[in-house]
Amino acid sequence: MEQQRSTSESSQSPRSPPSQRYLSVSVSDPVKLGNGVQGYISYRVITKTNFPEYQGSEKIVIRRYSDFVWLRDRLFDKYKGIFVPPLPEKSAVEKFRFSAEFIETRRQALDVFVNRIASHNELQQSEDLRTFLQADEEFLFQSMERLRSQETGIFKKKPADLMQMFKDVQSKVSDVVLGKEKPLEESNPEYEKLKHYVFELENHLTEAQKHAYRLLKRHRELGQSLSGFGKASKLLGACEGQALGKAFDELGAKSETLSIKLQKEAHQLLMNFEEPVKDYVRAVQSIKVTIGERANAFRHQCELAETMKLKEINLDKLMLTRSDRVGEAEQEYKELKAESEEVTRRFETIVRRMNEEIVRFQEQKTQDMRIAFHEFAKGQARLAKSIADAWRSLLPKLEACSDTS
Amino acid sequence: MMGSENPGFEESHLFASREEMENLVLDDPLTTTTTTATNNNNSYSSFRSAKSSISDAATRHPLSPPVLSTPAESDPLLSPPVFRNPNASDNNSYIEPPSYADVIFSPFDDNSANEINRVDSTSHDLDSSLTLSRSSSSTSDYIKITVSNPKKEQETTNSLVPGGNTYYTYLITTRTNIADFGSSEFSVRRRFRDVVTLSDRLAESYRGYFIPPRPDKNVVESQVMQKQEFVEQRRVALEKYLRRLAEHPVIRQSDELKVFLQVEGRLPLSMSTDVASRMLDGAVKLPKQLFGESTAVVAPHEVVQPAKGGRDLLRLFKELRQSVANDWGGSKPPVVEEDKVFLEKKEWIHDLEQQISNASQQAESLVKAQQDMGETMGELGLAFIKLTKFENEEAMYNSQRVRAADMKCLATAAVKASRFYRELNAQTVKHLDTLHEYLGLMLAVHGAFSDRSSALLTVQTLLSELSTLHARAEKLEAASSKIFGGDKSRIHKIEELKETIRVTEDAKNVAIREYERIKENNKCELERFDKERRVDLLNMLKGFVVNQVGYAEKISDVWAKVAEETSGYAKDSC
Repeated sequence: MEQQRSTSESSQSPRSPPSQRYLSVSVSDPVKLGNGVQGYISYRVITKTNFPEYQGSEKIVIRRYSDFVWLRDRLFDKYKGIFVPPLPEKSAVEKFRFSAEFIETRRQALDVFVNRIASHNELQQSEDLRTFLQADEEFLFQSMERLRSQETGIFKKKPADLMQMFKDVQSKVSDVVLGKEKPLEESNPEYEKLKHYVFELENHLTEAQKHAYRLLKRHRELGQSLSGFGKASKLLGACEGQALGKAFDELGAKSETLSIKLQKEAHQLLMNFEEPVKDYVRAVQSIKVTIGERANAFRHQCELAETMKLKEINLDKLMLTRSDRVGEAEQEYKELKAESEEVTRRFETIVRRMNEEIVRFQEQKTQDMRIAFHEFAKGQARLAKSIADAWRSLLPKLEACSDTS
Repeated sequence: MMGSENPGFEESHLFASREEMENLVLDDPLTTTTTTATNNNNSYSSFRSAKSSISDAATRHPLSPPVLSTPAESDPLLSPPVFRNPNASDNNSYIEPPSYADVIFSPFDDNSANEINRVDSTSHDLDSSLTLSRSSSSTSDYIKITVSNPKKEQETTNSLVPGGNTYYTYLITTRTNIADFGSSEFSVRRRFRDVVTLSDRLAESYRGYFIPPRPDKNVVESQVMQKQEFVEQRRVALEKYLRRLAEHPVIRQSDELKVFLQVEGRLPLSMSTDVASRMLDGAVKLPKQLFGESTAVVAPHEVVQPAKGGRDLLRLFKELRQSVANDWGGSKPPVVEEDKVFLEKKEWIHDLEQQISNASQQAESLVKAQQDMGETMGELGLAFIKLTKFENEEAMYNSQRVRAADMKCLATAAVKASRFYRELNAQTVKHLDTLHEYLGLMLAVHGAFSDRSSALLTVQTLLSELSTLHARAEKLEAASSKIFGGDKSRIHKIEELKETIRVTEDAKNVAIREYERIKENNKCELERFDKERRVDLLNMLKGFVVNQVGYAEKISDVWAKVAEETSGYAKDSC
């Protein structure tokens, strides 16, 4: 995942000035803090940048997993339509929370997460990102606390969302009244195709990831069995003695060496193959969320359009009857129109963003996968070669045995 | 260009061609690829039994590697160290593992090739390699035995159950150039009961030898297993057993074996085979012996067989008492196992057995792990092939097509590697099976050692009996001499006693001779065992290692190509 740390993609966007802007982040040094159930891992986040919005060219902060979650949620909220990079999952099983393997894969995934944001030409401008990367712990703690307290309890949703909820209910009622039970969906065949693609893709990738994980387990198992075989071989060699005994002994030694190599390769597979595939799965899941957001926005837009139509009819009626409520109705209508335009704009932003994002996504994934495949193949070739070399070195000794016996 | 393939891949004719691979997707793909020249044997039937998970998996999955047998001439292990080296030019370290191209089926397998109407394939090829290494004799003597064609038959003798008992017979075909047999090719039909008889008779005649153990009766299994499967399992076991007998330099010349292989019809039961009648006879005899009506003395000719299993209960009791006296008594028995060398060897054999058993178990785990690796690698490949197809079908952007090509590259390699792992494993099973074979042979060694100890016990018993008899005779004579003119009844008793002593003395001599003979057999067999075992184990190691090297190189090549083709970060296709 090294390439994520390279220069940002600002040079690709036609709008930003061509310059050597860079924003590079690393997530490292996991340290366990706290005790027992409240224990957690903290990470060191180092930012190097020449972005003018940032204070200074280098900053180091300490963050924990929930801080990353906060960042992702903020980005999801503010940049609807963009495929926000995925986060590694929360640990499902308590006891693996602090296992070395879990910590390492999580660290890598968090590093990839932040770097993807930093290299995305829209996301990298986010103020929340700046806060995340720079704010000292106290400020961040306070601001997050503020938000968290807002988010808990009845004020979990922001006021705008509350209105939205009311409107949802309203529209559902009107749907029922008007006899339309189905949720509104875009009738865009290309988009339909995309949705279908995304959902199918997740299935395929999940299966591939499952097998990738199994494969690395097989490496471990093969390593273990070779180790056991090596030990048994040595014991048999000790019993046999003479040239044959030595041969068994050497075989045993080689087996144990190869066992270690297999364990190492299993680890490589985890970090450089299985994790990237898993990351792919997560990315697709993130797209699904965006699809959901788009659907919401679309429905919202439709509902407002409906409401506006009704209001218009009502307004005309009022105007015809020269009612004194015309002014009020006109005002309402203007407000509604503004809101509708805002909602439409939001929807269109999502659509535009998605169109750009999907292209970017496909390209990025092709690159990611190529690297992953390359590492995989390299690792397998290397492993097989060292297996061949190790066994081959035994052959002259075996030959010597038959000459003497 | 989409998708790459190296056209020069030397064994491409054995694997799916490019087009076949492309058609693989989504249907049960790999069945199409096993149309290679060899038959679809699953080779996982060795190692324990057909019940092992390996064979289950293999029958489940259509892709099973063909089983190879390399004929002796081209086996690199036997000939002086010249590795077959087709790519000698650049890479002089490349060792070709036994490859499909080199498989020449031994003509003797034609018979068994005829009965391929089975669901589960045979593994007869495995055994043809058994005849390789051990025959270190310089002559070209051979006996090749094949067991085939099981047939269900009806019990013709009067049976209590109308409709009668059924049993299976097997066709046993022998090809040989040994003059003693009188013919170069012949067959008989035999049932398992005959094999038991053969085994028992050999055990009687060849005490002290390492006689290969016969297949188990498997009474439970014969009821529980599917008939066809059980019969096949037994057929394989019988073949193995008879071949091992034929390999034994002494037993192959035995009359028992000759009769078994050539003479049709029921084998005559030996005297001591029938346990029940043995016990009955013995029980009848005992009171007579105790009351002096029948001989309480072991006849010399009986001495050559162990007491256990014989009809002479009294002898059994005596030897049992002697063995207890040996174990518990303060006084040393008259003759002990003095051969220190033998005792050390015995202990060493015990240790060896443990180590071989341990190694055999670890070998099983190794084989399973290799097999799993191959399976999972194949499944990964398939998953990516599906992805490839999917991306190609739904592609809206060129980057998708590029990715699909990359995936195909990886998937193809994974499927290839998977096949290699499975072939590797088939060979590994073949080689490491030697360990399992030797475990079986250990039984034979135990048998030979126990022949020795029971012969020794017989000697000890007779010796102590003799001393008892002598003591009694002395007492009688002393008592008799005190009476003037002699004691008629006592003199008569002394005469009888002297007769008994004479007979017992003869028996003792015979027993001692028998014991010495067995000791000698033990010694020869141990030497043979040592020599052959070293050769076999060394061959096993070589075979195992050569195999690993060959396949590891092949697998490495496959992946090295993929690594090369994915090395550019530029968006080229594979």
